[in-house]
Amino acid sequence: MAEPSEGGLSFHPMDQFIIKPLFGDAGDPVYWHTITNSTFWMALAVLSVVALFVLGTKGRGIVPGRTQSVAELAYGFVHKMVEDVAGKDALKFFPYIFTLFLFILFANFLALIPTSFSPTSHIAVTAILGFGVFFTVTIVGFVKNGPGFLSLFWVSSAPMALRPILAVIEVISYFVRPVSHSIRLAGNIMAGHAVLKVFAGFAAVTAVAPLSILGVVAIYGLEVLVSAIQAYVFTILTCVYLKDALHPHH
Amino acid sequence: MADPVSATACVLDGNAVGMPQLCGDWFANQIFWLLVTLVAIYFVLSRIVLPRISAVLAERSGTISNDLAAAEDLKRQAVEAEETYQKALADARAEAQRISGEARAAINADLEAAIAKADEQIAAKSAESEKQIAEIRAGAVASVTEVAKDVAVDIVQAMGGKADQTAVDAAVAARVKGN
Repeated sequence: MAEPSEGGLSFHPMDQFIIKPLFGDAGDPVYWHTITNSTFWMALAVLSVVALFVLGTKGRGIVPGRTQSVAELAYGFVHKMVEDVAGKDALKFFPYIFTLFLFILFANFLALIPTSFSPTSHIAVTAILGFGVFFTVTIVGFVKNGPGFLSLFWVSSAPMALRPILAVIEVISYFVRPVSHSIRLAGNIMAGHAVLKVFAGFAAVTAVAPLSILGVVAIYGLEVLVSAIQAYVFTILTCVYLKDALHPHH
Repeated sequence: MADPVSATACVLDGNAVGMPQLCGDWFANQIFWLLVTLVAIYFVLSRIVLPRISAVLAERSGTISNDLAAAEDLKRQAVEAEETYQKALADARAEAQRISGEARAAINADLEAAIAKADEQIAAKSAESEKQIAEIRAGAVASVTEVAKDVAVDIVQAMGGKADQTAVDAAVAARVKGN
């Protein structure tokens, strides 16, 4: 690693992901109950949900106001997604899925505030979300269908000779689901924020500063898109997995 | 540079060592607060938000369908009113036709009567006139005969003859009759 010379290129794109206690010194130990920067930004996500969905719908207007419209739009969007993808009987999981969607959406968007912290860039967070979905779906699958849930892995539309091979592939892909489900989200958010930081670091060099600022603006716009899309992707994949659990037969 | 004592090996001199995402020292903290966050959002949604929004949506669709039903009802009433109006209009038109027909018939009857009366009067008048003309003509013939007799007597006397009144009368009568 070259020594940082002339105050120049020494960007640390990963520093923004450091977890530190919100109160006290930066070096203080982080226990499981310590209130950290991650805690703070998750709490902001909760507050945003409360602001939009509790305060925003206070009027209960038959003709909705602006905020209530947005809340109803989000509600309708996810409700329709669950119903269309996973079926009507999946609607009792709607609060759970809506919780996931809103947490990811607000955590992603709030992380776009400069100097903020992005909880969804951490694999620990997304892995809990992903494996939570995985275990929920698996348990629901066995409770609803009993051993019949295993027919998910037995592709009855394929030729008999291929079925055992396909079963192995299906089982592997089933167990890879939570991994890809969680790494996709964390990876996207982490990569985006790291790239932003790298571009921002180049702004210190006068020659490329305009280019780097343009790059920051462009990547920022992309990240706004990615924030929403990743929340959507995570949610719709949850619905797809739930559909497999409720209706395992191909 | 004073090395701040760090409780974790993931941070050195305030900078991240490797990927902070893979720092096991922070997993428990993040997982704990994530679960707290999810439970908080879940309860806010399931206790307050979802019942409220679904109630609002149900109420809205109820109001809309009620309004549509009311609109349907009003439309039906409008159609009925229109029908009633058309019927009244048709009735009024028929009544007007009947009245004007009656009036026309009455006027025609009056007119016929007047014409008949006028014809009668005209006939009476013309009969009377014809009678007068006949009298006048008869009078005229008598006068012509008289004048002819007188003229004949005068002519005969002027010729130096003796006018026999009887002969002249006979001759004039014959001449007048000969006409």
